[in-house]
Amino acid sequence: MVEAECMSATESMTLLDSWLQRQLKAETTAWLRDTCVATSAGGGTRALFIAFSTAGRRAGREDLRLSAADLAAAQEARRGWDPSRWSIDQAVRTRLVLALPSSDKKAWLTTLDQLFAAAGLEELVALYQALPLLPHPELLPPRIAEGVRSNMKPVFNAVALDNPITAERLEQDAWNQTVLKALFIASPVARMVGADRRANPKLAQMLIDYARERIAAKRPVPVDLWDAARPGCNESQRVELNRLQDSAAAATA
Amino acid sequence: MKLIDPHVHMSARTTDDYEAMRDAGVVAVIEPAFWVGQPRTTIGTFQDYYASLIGWERFRAAQFGIRHYCTIGLNSKEANNEALAAEVLEILPLFASKDGVVAIGEIGYDDQTPAEDKVYRAQLELAKELNLPVMIHTPHRDKKRGTSRSMDVALEHGLKPGSVIVDHNNEETVKECLDRGFWAAFTIYPKTKMGNERMVEVVKKYGKERIIVDSSADWGVSDPLAVPKTARLMLERGIPKDHVEATCYGNAILAYGPSGQFNESDWLIPSAIDQRTLFEGNSVLRGQQPRVDEQPVVAKGLIS
Repeated sequence: MVEAECMSATESMTLLDSWLQRQLKAETTAWLRDTCVATSAGGGTRALFIAFSTAGRRAGREDLRLSAADLAAAQEARRGWDPSRWSIDQAVRTRLVLALPSSDKKAWLTTLDQLFAAAGLEELVALYQALPLLPHPELLPPRIAEGVRSNMKPVFNAVALDNPITAERLEQDAWNQTVLKALFIASPVARMVGADRRANPKLAQMLIDYARERIAAKRPVPVDLWDAARPGCNESQRVELNRLQDSAAAATA
Repeated sequence: MKLIDPHVHMSARTTDDYEAMRDAGVVAVIEPAFWVGQPRTTIGTFQDYYASLIGWERFRAAQFGIRHYCTIGLNSKEANNEALAAEVLEILPLFASKDGVVAIGEIGYDDQTPAEDKVYRAQLELAKELNLPVMIHTPHRDKKRGTSRSMDVALEHGLKPGSVIVDHNNEETVKECLDRGFWAAFTIYPKTKMGNERMVEVVKKYGKERIIVDSSADWGVSDPLAVPKTARLMLERGIPKDHVEATCYGNAILAYGPSGQFNESDWLIPSAIDQRTLFEGNSVLRGQQPRVDEQPVVAKGLIS
């Protein structure tokens, strides 16, 4: 397991380097490479923190341009990794975090926590998006849960959408809350990686109750609630879900 | 007319204020780090405060289509807790080079104590090192002397007057400030500091060069619409439109633009990723539709 994780980190670093090289100026590529080499060699965190903060103005904030083959390679390197919506600065920040020495788990986590504690909005998004590529995923559940609690929708989306680690690592109650929260704040549940796999009757009941609450308040039910609830339904829940869906449809007809 | 409020403490304001500012034509704001009305007692509260300026408040403003920027610094009042001030100075570099940080500020003097002087000087050095403009808070008491001294010390540390914005000017301080080549900002308060009638007279007398209007609205009696109201009054009193645009919009871009973090294109033509990051959420709106998802909002506000 540990070996496989390190391999996916290495492969994702190689991919990020090759994608970034296509879009960055030569001097920016050199700056990134030098910073990563120094960081990996244990050169301390100061240069890394500065590079991390200034990545946007150094590298730009344009969209990362990826082909279908690039996206397939991403899935190959790390199952469920979908960088199709990433920007250049996010890719650079991810690459920098991947350069952190990770053999001393405690020191690695301390540095990661420092990056989070002083992160601005754009940086938080990049950090949460990067989580599935990091070594030591067993240390990350508290961080994942923290991201899900965020009141900033872009931050919630970074951890809840297009991000495989959330379904892999959250306990059932935390996962269920994440799905419900996505519906509450109108984040598309269809983009939650592993949602079908993690569906369960407890979640189905929470979503049925939520649908009832909305219908009672004469407010619209989120359109993606039904598909989110269905895979986890037991037989009686399925009947109830269908009944509610019909009555919600009748109310809006 | 598009407007900028380059000094406003939005953390202390409501969503109604954001909405009113947006409707009145405010497209961007700068929130200087300052004190929060009572002294902080631990480093953690400073760290979380700075993080909120580069995170949560930026997100909150974006819900209303307003771009939020900030300055990072240790204010003069809290510089007087020397042990804590030393800890704060240590963490400032962590935040000062973040995206959207347009200056070191607001810094300067309050009681003009030796402790304030030490912290002010240390931060002037930080600004120089990071190549950032400086926003100076001039003292309420012994103002004229404190303002002169703020400028003397900035020059002593090798800062160029063109990269220093001296705020909270009045009729007594503005001339020296402009004569020495500094930016002269004016805080329009309903009761103290400058009233907007007085501001009109200042612009009539000194013109538009290097003069900036702001609200400094915070948790005290203050007006987040001070910039739009002053702009309207200036127009009503026959001040040329280009003077109003310069003092209530363009000069802020010229003053803070050299940070590389305050570009007109940020709000005129945001990049795709920027739109996704900053203009997508609606958690503050609690069930309302985010207005930023609608067609571009035309300022229907106080002036057109």
